[in-house]
Amino acid sequence: MTAALARFVSNRLFWPLVMLVVLFLINVVAFPGFFTITMRDGNLYGSLIDILRNGAPTLIIAVGMTLVIATRGIDLSVGAVCAISGAVACSILLGASNPADPGVVAVAVLTAIAVGLVCGLWNGFLVSVLGIQPIIATLILMTAGRGIAMLITEGQILTVNSPPFKVLGAGFWFGIPVAVYIGAAVFLIAAALTRRSALGMLIESVGINPEASRQAGVRARVLLFAVYTFCALCAAVAGLILTANTMAADANNAGLFIELDAILAVVIGGTSLAGGRYSLTGTLIGALVIQTLVTTVYTVGIPPIATMVFKAAVVTIVCLLQSPTTNEAFRGFRRRLALRSGKGVAAA
Amino acid sequence: MTISLAPTPAPVRSPLQRATGGIRGTFTSPKYGPVLVTLILFVAVFIGGGIRYPGFFSGQVLLNLLVDNAYLIVLAVGMTFVILTGGIDLSVGAVVAMSTMIAASLLQSGWPAYAVIPLILLATSLLGLLVGIMVHYFKVQPFIATLAAMFLARGLCYIISQNSISISDPTFIALGVGRIPLGGGLSITPSVIIAVVVVVVAVWVLHRTRFGRTVYALGGSEQSGLLMGLPVARTKVLVYVISGLCSGIAGVLFTLYTLSGYPLTAIGTELDAIAAVVIGGTLLAGGYGFVLGSVLGVLVLGIIQTIISFEGTLSSWWTRIFIGALLLVFIVLQRVLTARRR
Repeated sequence: MTAALARFVSNRLFWPLVMLVVLFLINVVAFPGFFTITMRDGNLYGSLIDILRNGAPTLIIAVGMTLVIATRGIDLSVGAVCAISGAVACSILLGASNPADPGVVAVAVLTAIAVGLVCGLWNGFLVSVLGIQPIIATLILMTAGRGIAMLITEGQILTVNSPPFKVLGAGFWFGIPVAVYIGAAVFLIAAALTRRSALGMLIESVGINPEASRQAGVRARVLLFAVYTFCALCAAVAGLILTANTMAADANNAGLFIELDAILAVVIGGTSLAGGRYSLTGTLIGALVIQTLVTTVYTVGIPPIATMVFKAAVVTIVCLLQSPTTNEAFRGFRRRLALRSGKGVAAA
Repeated sequence: MTISLAPTPAPVRSPLQRATGGIRGTFTSPKYGPVLVTLILFVAVFIGGGIRYPGFFSGQVLLNLLVDNAYLIVLAVGMTFVILTGGIDLSVGAVVAMSTMIAASLLQSGWPAYAVIPLILLATSLLGLLVGIMVHYFKVQPFIATLAAMFLARGLCYIISQNSISISDPTFIALGVGRIPLGGGLSITPSVIIAVVVVVVAVWVLHRTRFGRTVYALGGSEQSGLLMGLPVARTKVLVYVISGLCSGIAGVLFTLYTLSGYPLTAIGTELDAIAAVVIGGTLLAGGYGFVLGSVLGVLVLGIIQTIISFEGTLSSWWTRIFIGALLLVFIVLQRVLTARRR
């Protein structure tokens, strides 16, 4: 019994889950109707549904980010890629004679995704071919990307009116928000691709030691290209959802700070930024924790603007809990306890 | 001619002195190469601007680079220390915003300027100390620790106020709009003097003190530093305190420049500071770089903005694209130079 408990506590997902449960409890206390899900016009509504729907873009980007971080990389440009993909989609819709035509919407969406693909290939090129540190390589697109997005929108906030496009961000299918389907699809595709094949293991091996894996016959360069491209693709999809939700492409503010939320989700989920090991389930929980935190701040009645302070607190607590120093201290404490109760040898 | 206007030309001139020994060697060294390229770029852009636009070739245009970017110079100085040890500080922009908010709100409630400024510097240094402790003692990656600091500082801004607060304190106004004539119709602001003092102190600390040598040693290899018995812990924590202090000074300078506090201000400034440091030739992996290179980096960013404003038809978003392109060029350059050395 205690052994099973100890195994559960030492699981990577334990602390993120505890945090999620604590946040849920705070919500229920502050707002007893938190878990209620109501049916209106055949669509589901409720705080939980809101968390899933608003958390979808962060989750999508965080999934891509998890794979990048697993290769010991990082992608700072995702926010800028969001802005670019939104700008591309909106400018195509605005340029079309009938933005409500599903064909036009399909062209806009596919072009935006293709542009995301190009962004990802660019990042992949810098990291894997030129061998630039990932944080710096993606800093270039992060800096220039918003400029490019503004170039596409010509410095304006483009507002469009296209019901089929709006479905991506605010629509429902069978009562569940479309964004949730997209989030789930991205998550499942990533999980299936990396965990049902050896791909995940190869990604981890590149994260542990790129040179050694290359010599062992792993095509590190291709893998790096693949993860950065996938990450940018995720960012483009998230950008489309964000843009479709507001029906406006704002080059300056679309996806602002979303790279930080995504990295936060990955870190909360227990994936180490040092690379080599990752958990997509952890990232899913991490994204939920962040979105629930935002909702909690709203329901408890704290000014929403203070969310960032709470995010800072969460990052700090998670990092300190995961830090080797803390683990060492915990272990020493447990050993001392065991020694004191006279079972030192058995426990050690 | 342009070099003589830079604050202290000593380390910038040393590659020129060595040039007689081997220009090629200097250009291809990871230590001097990028700084030299940046210097040439700056002079070229300045000459190009002078040929293209009437009125560009004036001392005041150059001095205005310092006036408009005094706060960024100070930020870049702090960032240089952090990057030299192989770390990074993402919190500087948010800390600048926090400083403007603290200054504006305290001055509004009647605090005197001479109490507000030390308080800001103390608060930002303390934040730096906390980041340093997280980075060194808890082995949190600098990127994440400073990210948390960034969230914290930005959140505190909003908690202080969600609106812009203007400053009517006579001392701040006097320091902010006051001009110091240099003769010949040229003038600078008190902020420029503060920035120059910060740069001089930083150059002295980095090149003339044990602490400075330890900073370079840590960037080269922390493990070796540890084995050599260098005070790794103290240096690593102090570097973040310095960055916090510099962000505080930069925040005060920014407050003097805008004479108001606004929670959304200085978004993305951390990137400008990092870009300036990189363009100034500091290696992001740590170990190589000069404070004066970073100053040069700020001036290059500044002169691009000046060119864009002189051009008139180019929109402001081109600035960001240009900065991105420059970053790319310099990072690839560093990559090539360090690869050749290995």
